[in-house]
Amino acid sequence: MEKRVVFRHRSLPWLLLAPQLAITLVFFFWPAGQAMWQSFRLEDPFGLSSQFAGLDNFADLFSSADYLGSFRTTLWFSALVACGGLAISLLLAVMADRVVRGAGIYKTLLIWPYAVAAAVAGVLWLFLFSPSVGILAVYLAQLGLDWNPRLDGADAMALVVFASIWKQVSYNFLFFLAGLQSIPRSLIEAAAIDGAGPFRRFRTIVFPLLSPTTFFLLVINFIYAFFDTFAVIDVVTQGGPGHATDILVYKVYNAGFKGLDLGASAAQSVILMLIVIGLTALQFRYVDRKVNY
Amino acid sequence: MVERRPLLDLVSHLTLILGVAVIAFPLYVAFVASTQTAQEVARAPMSLVPGAHFLDNYWAVLKGGAINTPPVGRMLWISTFMALAIAIGKIVISMLSAFAVVYFRFPFRMLCFWMIFVTLMLPVEVRIAPTYAVVADLGMLNSYAGLTLPLIASATATFLFRQFFLTVPDELVEAARIDGAGPMRFFKDILLPLSRTSIAALFVIQFIYGWNQYLWPLIITTHENMYPVVVGIRRMIAGGDSVTEWNLVMATAMLAMLPPAAVVILMQKWFVKGLVDSEK
Repeated sequence: MEKRVVFRHRSLPWLLLAPQLAITLVFFFWPAGQAMWQSFRLEDPFGLSSQFAGLDNFADLFSSADYLGSFRTTLWFSALVACGGLAISLLLAVMADRVVRGAGIYKTLLIWPYAVAAAVAGVLWLFLFSPSVGILAVYLAQLGLDWNPRLDGADAMALVVFASIWKQVSYNFLFFLAGLQSIPRSLIEAAAIDGAGPFRRFRTIVFPLLSPTTFFLLVINFIYAFFDTFAVIDVVTQGGPGHATDILVYKVYNAGFKGLDLGASAAQSVILMLIVIGLTALQFRYVDRKVNY
Repeated sequence: MVERRPLLDLVSHLTLILGVAVIAFPLYVAFVASTQTAQEVARAPMSLVPGAHFLDNYWAVLKGGAINTPPVGRMLWISTFMALAIAIGKIVISMLSAFAVVYFRFPFRMLCFWMIFVTLMLPVEVRIAPTYAVVADLGMLNSYAGLTLPLIASATATFLFRQFFLTVPDELVEAARIDGAGPMRFFKDILLPLSRTSIAALFVIQFIYGWNQYLWPLIITTHENMYPVVVGIRRMIAGGDSVTEWNLVMATAMLAMLPPAAVVILMQKWFVKGLVDSEK
């Protein structure tokens, strides 16, 4: 889509674009180019010189059990966050779409966690489940359950998944609710007249019509779990215990800022970029289908 | 509502109440902990009735000074500055660039547009080390500019404005030109007032985005007096041998949550619009 009527000016458009282009070039393209360049090079331990290493950095990564393990961890973590979050939000959205009285209040009370920073969400859940003082950890202990996210990998994973889902439910809920409200009333009514009960209507009409929203949210949740949960991991587990919650983004950070291995960190950055590009392309491919039924 | 089903209504309400309760539980525990002394919190399990030390704890963290309590007042200021600078900066630069892309024809126009577009695919998480190096070379570590500038470019906001400008009727431009208005006059007197709702919606989303930034401030700030509160709270959780004073941590968490939560709840209408629009 283009404008028919435009202004004629030679320098003004460049002036208007200058701030955005300058920031984009300096803080996006230059670093991304650097990451690509470094990913093909090997630095000496003092960072004084570097030499061309071809695909060695990538080969190293894909032959390291650590990195492949982190890939598996990330996929498992993302699947748990995305599916768990979507299931809970869909349930809440369907219920909120049903009720007439108090719908606005429920909505307000469900969406505020969107405003909570991932790091703060991590702190809240860490406190609830911290082995010695956490109130839920104490109850679990009284029930005779052995709970310690600092020692047990599965417990730690459960904790970061809870915190991540808790923060994301509000976002999913809003989109599901908007999707539900845009389903034509007449379809539901027609099905009701034909004798379909609420569950049947949900299974055969509502859920299929909601699938574009669901798909869109699935991609968004994967992106969220891959990248935005860094703060949760950093606050709650720091990737531990062992490597139980060491997701890819946390690994890049560790390689670059704790391990100071620039080549490996850059190669990991490049792999992550490819993942984001893939996910974003997927999202845009289906974005039109999101609103049109 | 298609038909009357009292039982199902009851189930819906119960599910929603349960959902609201589970969502609110961490917040309630945090609030209760922030009103007790460290000893009361450490007594396992802690009491779920608010204690009597609300003012003491909040005053202690806001003032700072003790060993485990960095000055949260200062951190809140940094966070506020960051959130406002990022929100306003993003809106200003994306509006200008969207205006240029939509209302002018110039060489490499589409190239510029695509350059802005691909930044969508380069979130800060995937290019942290090299971006850090660039900011360090520019001498912007531990500075307000370093905290905000790299986060200010935004493809989503540019898109949002572009989409909106494309829906503005061409007749308005023609009328403005016939009346002798230049491009900037048109921008100021016609486009800006028309964009008010988009700006409000975007502001809410970007304010929260800026306030909640974690990774970027974590790596480029090394001085305690440049930490935003979201990063500062991480440093309050002791690792190793010292004891975490959970009552103060929770007071800080409450303070860190309050401003963005207030923005979401008070500006709910704009918030929902901004969220839905910026994903289109």
